[in-house]
Amino acid sequence: MISSTSETILSIEDLHATVEDQEILHGVNLVVKEGEIHAIMGRNGSGKSTLSKVIAGHPSYKVLSGSIQFKGKDILELEPEERARIGIFLGFQYPVEIPGVSNLEFLRVATNSRRKELLKSELDTFEFEDLVKERLKIVEMDPAFLERSVNEGFSGGEKKRNEILQMALLEPIISILDETDSGLDIDALRIVASGINKLSQPNSATILITHYQRLLNEITPDFVHIMADGKIIKTGNKELAIDLEKSGYDFIDKDTKEKEMAK
Amino acid sequence: MKSSTICKEWLDSLPPTQGYLKNEQSIGREFLLEKGMPSKKDEAWRLSNFNKLNSFLSLPTIIDSEDIKSEFKSIFPEKDENRERIIINPNKNPILNINLPNGIEKLSNREIEENLGQIVKSTNIKNDISVCLNQLTSLELLALKVKRNFNHSLEIVIPSIEEKSISTRIFLLIEEGAKLDLLQIFIGNNNSAQNHLIEIKLESKVELTHGLISLGEEKDSSSICTLAVEQSEKSKYSLHSIHHGWDYARFEPRIIQSKGEASTMIKGLQVTKSKEQIATHSLIRFEGPNGKLDQLQKAVASEHSHCIFNGSIEVPQKAQKTEASQLSRNLLLSKRARIDTKPELEIVADDVRCTHGATVSQLQDEELFYLLSRGIDNKHANSLLLKGYYDEVISSFPKSAKKWNFIEKLIQDIKK
Repeated sequence: MISSTSETILSIEDLHATVEDQEILHGVNLVVKEGEIHAIMGRNGSGKSTLSKVIAGHPSYKVLSGSIQFKGKDILELEPEERARIGIFLGFQYPVEIPGVSNLEFLRVATNSRRKELLKSELDTFEFEDLVKERLKIVEMDPAFLERSVNEGFSGGEKKRNEILQMALLEPIISILDETDSGLDIDALRIVASGINKLSQPNSATILITHYQRLLNEITPDFVHIMADGKIIKTGNKELAIDLEKSGYDFIDKDTKEKEMAK
Repeated sequence: MKSSTICKEWLDSLPPTQGYLKNEQSIGREFLLEKGMPSKKDEAWRLSNFNKLNSFLSLPTIIDSEDIKSEFKSIFPEKDENRERIIINPNKNPILNINLPNGIEKLSNREIEENLGQIVKSTNIKNDISVCLNQLTSLELLALKVKRNFNHSLEIVIPSIEEKSISTRIFLLIEEGAKLDLLQIFIGNNNSAQNHLIEIKLESKVELTHGLISLGEEKDSSSICTLAVEQSEKSKYSLHSIHHGWDYARFEPRIIQSKGEASTMIKGLQVTKSKEQIATHSLIRFEGPNGKLDQLQKAVASEHSHCIFNGSIEVPQKAQKTEASQLSRNLLLSKRARIDTKPELEIVADDVRCTHGATVSQLQDEELFYLLSRGIDNKHANSLLLKGYYDEVISSFPKSAKKWNFIEKLIQDIKK
């Protein structure tokens, strides 16, 4: 789906960011174009989740320098809800439980916020129910989950399906899925991955943050990036993920040592 | 002005004791003359805003008939077909205007004489000012019984009158095996005060679901309400209450399980903003074994407001095998708002299971971010979270309560 004329959706340049006064991102560079699927891998604490939160505009993360552009527009000044409305979607590693807030109502309000941005008419309760029932099929989710509170008492797999359902309803331009595969059994992984594949569009893009090759067997990435110490240190294709699965992250330590020696 | 002077002036302003509640009025008068108004030294009133209490007393209690607006009825939502509605006019006999359905009757004079004041007396509250203020000023009584084995729904609406203080007194006797779904609505008005004393006696095997929606709404409205309930064995009582929009409100639910062996559920919510103060002082006493209590009290305070909860549970020696749980959960939406919550468990019996807990928190940032990250704007996200917070209490109200639009009112004017 990638062509040389593909438009750049996301462009991150020399991004430095902190959380609680500790610098986590030390100069991230990344360009994502239409139709592309990128995988970001790396050890715990390498900055993968931080990167996703910074893109989504989490208020606890502060950008020190660098830029993030979405379709050529600087988004650092935008509030999280504005970023979501223009088509940036973050699939949470740990989706939040919100007791007392109906999942159906939440999904409807969120969908209408995005539709408003797209100059589409807002959906009333009945129209929305038709839409959501159709989209539920993508993640093979039981409609009973709509009647419950947002993520409350959902199993790990159900929470992740609910994330992909939100993606299906919001029709984002870029989806950053933070460890969507963690905590999933083989069947749930297959369903979630197939959902992501179905939702992939020529004019949209996906960033998968993952630890494991197994998700990448289901969703073939165009690029695989390895993050270490708040930077992307290596970029390759699917083969890189396969190598990584075989040999682990030890080469990072070797590289780091060699660099230090050279100094 | 000193509170003793205000108290004296207020007593002088009252009409002479009159009517069939004359005796009650005299009791209240003597009590107030002897004890005077409460002070900071009274534990139960320690946190009360005395300026607001004094304003409560500054409003005239004499109500001319032209004060009572006949258009009251038209501003209320339509009543449910199967729920009888009683609108209380404070100086008219409330019984006169209503057609009581089969199974609900007016209490006889003898029944009133035997029962009135007994439940509230048995709660043994020291220096019971809230009750005394009502005794002094109530001119009429709504005294009804739900007859044995009947099943009814009833709505009692008590509107306020601008620039006036009103007092209402209600006594309900619910006979053995009867079921009642009771919804009470208190509505404030500009610079108005309400004072209620409600006594309810549940005979054995009675089920009473009691929704109480207390909405001040207008400027400078205040409310003091004492609710005394006596539960016989095998009765079930559930109280769902909301207090919102009063400049000053004090709610004192007191429930006595007279022989234990009964179950009580309380779910209360108080929401304050601006400089309001709303307090709940609850007392639950088990006078016999095997009683059950499940109590949840929630509060949300924003701006400069103040919420108070004092929850007493008494489990004397004879109340073995009592199972009681009390949870106070509070949400502080502003640094300048204040929440005081105090559980008071007095447990003498040794074979009981009693738990209590209290939390004060703020709206969770991660929950808020989750909603924002889906494109929902800040205001809407906050109201969704608040609605979620209220849900534990408001979801158990009867469906017909929603007509009073209290959920919207609870959410619309919350500012951090």
